[in-house]
Amino acid sequence: MGAQEPIKEIRLMPIKNGTVIDHIACGQALNVLKILGVNENNIYSSISVGMHVGSATLGGWKDIVKIEDMELDEVTAQKIALVAPDATISIVRDLHVAEKYKVKLSDRVVGLARCSNPNCISNKGEPIESEFSVVSKYPMQLKCCYCDKILMNITDNLL
Amino acid sequence: MDLYQKDVVSIMDFSKDDIEGILDMAEEMVPYAKGEKIKRSLDGKILGNLFFEPSTRTKLSFESAAYRLGCDVIDVSEMSMTSMAKGETLADTIKIVDAYCDVTVLRHPYEGASKMAAKFSDHPVINAGDGAGSHPTQTLLDLFTMRQAKGSLDGLNIALVGDLKYGRTVHSLAQGLTKYGMKISLVSPETLKMPDEIVQHLTENGCSPRIRTLEDAVAEADVLYVTRIQRERFPDPSEYQKVAGVYRIDNALLQNAKDDLIVMHPLPRVNEIAPEVDKTHHAKYFQQAANGVPVRMAILNAILGGEM
Repeated sequence: MGAQEPIKEIRLMPIKNGTVIDHIACGQALNVLKILGVNENNIYSSISVGMHVGSATLGGWKDIVKIEDMELDEVTAQKIALVAPDATISIVRDLHVAEKYKVKLSDRVVGLARCSNPNCISNKGEPIESEFSVVSKYPMQLKCCYCDKILMNITDNLL
Repeated sequence: MDLYQKDVVSIMDFSKDDIEGILDMAEEMVPYAKGEKIKRSLDGKILGNLFFEPSTRTKLSFESAAYRLGCDVIDVSEMSMTSMAKGETLADTIKIVDAYCDVTVLRHPYEGASKMAAKFSDHPVINAGDGAGSHPTQTLLDLFTMRQAKGSLDGLNIALVGDLKYGRTVHSLAQGLTKYGMKISLVSPETLKMPDEIVQHLTENGCSPRIRTLEDAVAEADVLYVTRIQRERFPDPSEYQKVAGVYRIDNALLQNAKDDLIVMHPLPRVNEIAPEVDKTHHAKYFQQAANGVPVRMAILNAILGGEM
């Protein structure tokens, strides 16, 4: 019997069309899925999730999410930046990467999350969008531009 | 210092020079505030005084300040008397009032209300208290009172006592104190301690606060700033009962204080300060309330472009 061939394990299947969200901070894949709305029965294709995958870029481990037949819009990419500021988005068309970019977090986060202070004017039905300034990216800290409170539990307060 | 047409939403919007400029102007306003001299620098102007929470001192002192400068006042004291009772948003109400006057003074139960109002107003908006948020004109009159008593604000040792969680006056004041490098002590029940973001702000600005017992704070302080534990801010009345009356300033306690300690309180008080303290030279809270008029005169005059 000859030397055994190393087993080529394919952890995440390549996708033909869709979006690959890579370099997600380790442990944040489930929050990315929440942002994508997988619990809301609005996705009609396969999603592959890799958690705690080796990463040279993030210096250790990362998460990765692949979604078939869905191209992320800009607003969703901005929301992902709130939980995974180093994530990269690859749009795959016919097995080729058609676009690739790193999610971008601007200094002001507008209309993406609600303030966690129930007494904040931005939660009272006024004709305004929520607005936060980014205090820190690691860990992510957002400060409400109306009541100055630091937003707690970003993923629970995404709009 | 140019405050012309500037909103007064947060004390953080003002530099130390701005604050000193306002306090200097307030000093000049004192004889006019007392009616000893007459000034009509805002003749023809109209102030919209919108108070959607109870107030005695702030509302009346803004009115008095306006009238002392020849400025007329239109006002609303109850939400039930406005179209907000019919479901109108605050934003729409503000736009309407803005069309009727030259400056809007707003007290509102929701944090950030004044900041939002400023976005919807062409004219300046003055925050007269937004929920548990801030109260910048109170801070200016507090600083004025301290400067009056102490000569200078730099490096004073101040103890903030009582409801540091919901008390908007202490939130604004603490932020203002950092501009003077004051030594800040905090005295509060655990459930009413200063919010983390304000402690963080103090620390980042070189005024890392110390937690003290009331007795230790009184012994060290140049200024004892006492606040009421506010029943109306407690979601759960039983939580209020646990901490109501936990601090009381009386003459026995003040025996260990520095001779030139001043005791301040934004008022109204309930039982935090015994009436016997009123007669001592420490008590400055009634002077503090009176100072609301010259300080608010200075603010109105500056932002509406009145001549000094």
